[in-house]
Amino acid sequence: METVLFLAHTEADGSLGKIALESLGAAKELAGDSLVAGVIGENTSTAGSLPASRVLTVTGTEFAQARYATDAAAAEAVCRASGATIVIAPATSRWARVLPGVTHRLGGSVDTHVTGISLRGGKLFATRWYYRQRMEGTFERSGRPWVLLLESGCHAPWSGAAGAGAVEAVEVPLAEGSCRTTVQGVQESQAGQQTIRPDAELLFVTGAGWTKAQRDGKPHVKEAETLILEFLAKTQASLGSSKSLVDISGEGQQVLGFLTHMNQVGQTGSTPRHPKGLATCCHGEEPHVVGWRFIRERRAVNLDPNCGWARGKADVLYVADAFEVLENVNRCLRETS
Amino acid sequence: MPYQIVVCGSIVPDPLQTLEPVIGPGGPSLKNEMLLPSVFDPWAAHALYEAAHLASTVAGSKVWLVSLGPKAKLQQVVMTIAQKAPFELIALDGSASGFTDAHDTAKAIAASILAIPELDRRRLLVFGGWESASRGAGVTMQITGELLGIVDQFQGVDELKITADGRLQVLERVESGKHQVSVCDGPPALLGWATGNRPEPRNNPQVGMLNMRTAMPAIQKARPAAAGARDLLFQDLTLPKQQRETEIVKDRSAEEIAREIVAWIRA
Repeated sequence: METVLFLAHTEADGSLGKIALESLGAAKELAGDSLVAGVIGENTSTAGSLPASRVLTVTGTEFAQARYATDAAAAEAVCRASGATIVIAPATSRWARVLPGVTHRLGGSVDTHVTGISLRGGKLFATRWYYRQRMEGTFERSGRPWVLLLESGCHAPWSGAAGAGAVEAVEVPLAEGSCRTTVQGVQESQAGQQTIRPDAELLFVTGAGWTKAQRDGKPHVKEAETLILEFLAKTQASLGSSKSLVDISGEGQQVLGFLTHMNQVGQTGSTPRHPKGLATCCHGEEPHVVGWRFIRERRAVNLDPNCGWARGKADVLYVADAFEVLENVNRCLRETS
Repeated sequence: MPYQIVVCGSIVPDPLQTLEPVIGPGGPSLKNEMLLPSVFDPWAAHALYEAAHLASTVAGSKVWLVSLGPKAKLQQVVMTIAQKAPFELIALDGSASGFTDAHDTAKAIAASILAIPELDRRRLLVFGGWESASRGAGVTMQITGELLGIVDQFQGVDELKITADGRLQVLERVESGKHQVSVCDGPPALLGWATGNRPEPRNNPQVGMLNMRTAMPAIQKARPAAAGARDLLFQDLTLPKQQRETEIVKDRSAEEIAREIVAWIRA
C-alpha cells in the first residue's frame, strides 16, 4: 500500500497556483481519501482546505523565498514526516530546482517533466518525453520514495471539498549557512517587454526571415517590430522564436529588439503548451519543431513551399510574404475588434 | 578571488539526426546509437562558454570539463569543443544514453570533481547545463551538488555577475518568461545554465591545440563509469504519431490569407 504525498509550495499570496492544483487533482485521483498533503511557504493558511487525511505544513519567513537550501530542508522534513512512498509535486521552477536533490537525501528516485501517471495492475506507471520531445516513454520504478514532478496541463485542476485531515506543523531545523543566498525579487525579461504568456491560446513564432533583406534588397526590422508588436497586443499571443533569430541577437546584429533567449522554442529552448501555433519566416527545421510537440493546431507562413512545415509539420502552410500577411491580419483585427 | 570552475557536460546525438528507440535485453537505446554523429550537449556548451568568460575576467581562475560518455565519441566531440574555450578535460568512459538514471552519472561526476588534486571548495563553482538534450531531466546537477555538499544551487541560469564585494548575483529563469534575481555570498555554488546571453565563441585553433595536449591523454586514461538504469524499468518507448497532412496554400492573396488566419485564431 503506497502512501501518496502531494507536495506544494504556496504562491506569494498564500494560495496554490494552477499547476499545483493540477498536481493535487492527479494525486487525489491516485490516493483517494488516504492522500497526505504537504505545503511549504511563508503563509500556509490555505492548507486546511486541502482534500487530505493529513496535512503537513512548514511555515515561516525563511520559506517565503525560492532558495535551494531552505526549500530542500523543508521538503525533506515534510517527506520524512509523511512517510510517503510516492510524492506528486507540480513541475514549477522552484520544485524543479530543489526536489531532485531532496530525493537524493531521501535515498529515493525522481522523475521530472512527467506528463502522465496511471495505475495498471496495482502498479504505478509514469510517462515522460526523452531526447527533447523526440520520443515518449512509459516506465515504472521499484525505488521508494518515488518523486514525480508533473508538468502543467496534464491533469484537470482539483476543486472540491476539504478533507478531514488535521493540519500539523513540521519543524525544520536549518543548518548554518542556509541563508547564504538571498532572493532579491523577480524581474521582467531583459528586453523590457512581457511577450511570453504561458496561458495564451496562441503561440506566435518569428523566424530569422523577419530580419533578412526583403524584395527591395533591404531589411525592414523596425517595420517588422511594429507589425509583430501590434499583432501580439491585439491577440495576446505568446511570442516564440527560432534559435537562429536569438543567436543573431547575441552576436550584436540588428534584430527584433524585444527578443531574448527566453523566447527561444525548440531543441535548446522551451516546449510551450498552447492550443494553436502560428510560425512566420521560420523554416520549420527539426531542432526548432521539437519545441512544438504540444502545440495542437499549427499553421505557418513562409515563402518557401518546400520548407520543413510543408513536410508534415504544420496543418496549413501559407506560401506568402509574412510582412504582407501580418499587415493584413492586423488590419483585419483592427476592423473586426 | 580566482575561481575553480568545473563544468559538467556530455555528448548528445546531433539534433538533425532522426532518432528511433529500441528496447533490447539490455534495456532501451537508440537504433544505431554508436553510429549516430554526436555533438556537445547545447546547454552544457553554454555553461562552458560562460565558465571560460568568467575565468578570462578573473586572473588565476581555471576551468575543468568533466565529461561522461563513450570514449570514442568523446574524442570526436572534444576535438571540436576544444577550439572554443581553454579547459582541462576529465573524461569518464560510460554511457551517455538518455535512458540511464541520473544518480549514477552524478555519483561518477562528483567523485571526479572531488579527485581534482588542487580542489579548494572556497573557490569552487560547479557549472553545467540545467538539462541535457538526451534525458532532459534536470536532475544530475542537483544530485552532484548534494554529493559535493553544495546547498547554494541555481537552475535555468541566464546570467552570473560578480559584485564589487565578491558576491554572486544570479539570474534564474522562472515562470512567465521572468528571471529570479538572487545574491549568494560566494563559492561554493552550483549553477545549471540555460542559454545565457553569450554567443558561441569562434573556433580558435591555438586554444584547440593547447587543450588537446591534455585532452587526448585524459581520454585515453578515462576511468569506466557505471551509468545504468538503476531501478528504472521501461514498458514502452514510442515515436509521436504527428505526421500531419499539410495543406499547402499557394496563389492566394495576402488579404485572403489574413482573413483565414484571423478566423482560425478566433475559432
